[in-house]
Amino acid sequence: MPLFASLYNFACWLTQDRGAAEDLVQEAYMKALRGFSSFEQGTNFRAWMYRILRNTFLTTQAGLKASAFVSIDSDDAPVEPENAETPELLLLARLKQDAIRQALEELPVHFREVILLCDLEEMSYQEIGLALGIPMGTVMSRLSRARKAMRRLLGERTMGATT
Amino acid sequence: MSCDLWLQWLDAYVDESCSPEEIEGIENHLRDCPACTAETLARLQMKRATRAASARYAPSPEFKLRVQNAIQKSRKPIWMVPRVQRAFAGAVAFLLIVIVTAAMWTRHAAREQTLAELLDLHVATTASTNPVDVISTDRHTVKPWFQGKLPFTFNLPELANSPFKLVGGKLVYFRNSPGAQLLIDIRKHQISVFVVQDQAGVTPQGMGEIATRQKGFSVESWSEGGLRYVVIGDTTPADIHDLGELLRTAAKQ
Repeated sequence: MPLFASLYNFACWLTQDRGAAEDLVQEAYMKALRGFSSFEQGTNFRAWMYRILRNTFLTTQAGLKASAFVSIDSDDAPVEPENAETPELLLLARLKQDAIRQALEELPVHFREVILLCDLEEMSYQEIGLALGIPMGTVMSRLSRARKAMRRLLGERTMGATT
Repeated sequence: MSCDLWLQWLDAYVDESCSPEEIEGIENHLRDCPACTAETLARLQMKRATRAASARYAPSPEFKLRVQNAIQKSRKPIWMVPRVQRAFAGAVAFLLIVIVTAAMWTRHAAREQTLAELLDLHVATTASTNPVDVISTDRHTVKPWFQGKLPFTFNLPELANSPFKLVGGKLVYFRNSPGAQLLIDIRKHQISVFVVQDQAGVTPQGMGEIATRQKGFSVESWSEGGLRYVVIGDTTPADIHDLGELLRTAAKQ
């Protein structure tokens, strides 16, 4: 089964529940099997599979909640300039994996998924756009916001740990 | 360009999603800007740390097996796949067309061969100095002559009130089976009537009723009471047909 381990990991991050992730992965594979005739040969199979998984997730209760959150937050609004002050360069050395994981878990789903697809799955912006069903410009702006939110969470955590 | 603007490009730079020109511009700026270089390094480290931290969950072998079994169960047998069904139906249709065409061609060829052989017999008879074995215009003389010579019998029509005139008859062997050949005149044209057993090995199966022309000769043929009648002559098709009708009527009596 292609991409099984990656899809399972992604599903766990989306659902935050191993049981729900298993159901999600199984359902996604069944849908992919039934709808394989709709897959256009020569196009991106990985993005197609991730898209099925994510669309399936969006039909779950947790997914519906997550999609409602996205609609409030506009991806197309201009990204605010970066704060040149970057404490994370010094702090990263002290950060443990648990802190990053916790920050990821605290992120809204639409931020978490774009970071996972980019940083873990190493998808191109175009592939991410296909998997999430959004334009490439939206991928870039959403990724920028997601990283900023992640850094803020990590910053808060580090400040909390040092005080 | 100010650092704020360059910072907007840094995500795409660390994600390796910039064009060569953009990379060149960013790297030129980074050479002169320690703050942006530090920021780039921070983002790269964050990206690597996120990758390492997020590869966290691995599926259990039991779960993998469960999904594999579910897929196996839901997978349609190969003959249930519409694409395979269409291909199979196409192959069957093509095969049927080939078989039907071949059967039709074989039947047509066998029929043509039979008529060609009988036509040769007719031509040989008309060319012979002794075209018939029994010479008589009387059907009551000709028909009894065949008694004991043929494993079947047949009726001859009364030709007295018709333009046809019985010349006589002779015994022929067609495909190793005995048959009757009658010679009949009409306006100086000669017509042969062949009567043979309509069975496998003598005549082809499904020969049916025929009204055709062979090398300029008019031909009519039909089957009646297990016998195959073939009328051949160089006269008009109408004459051949009229004689055929007389023979058909006589055969039913």
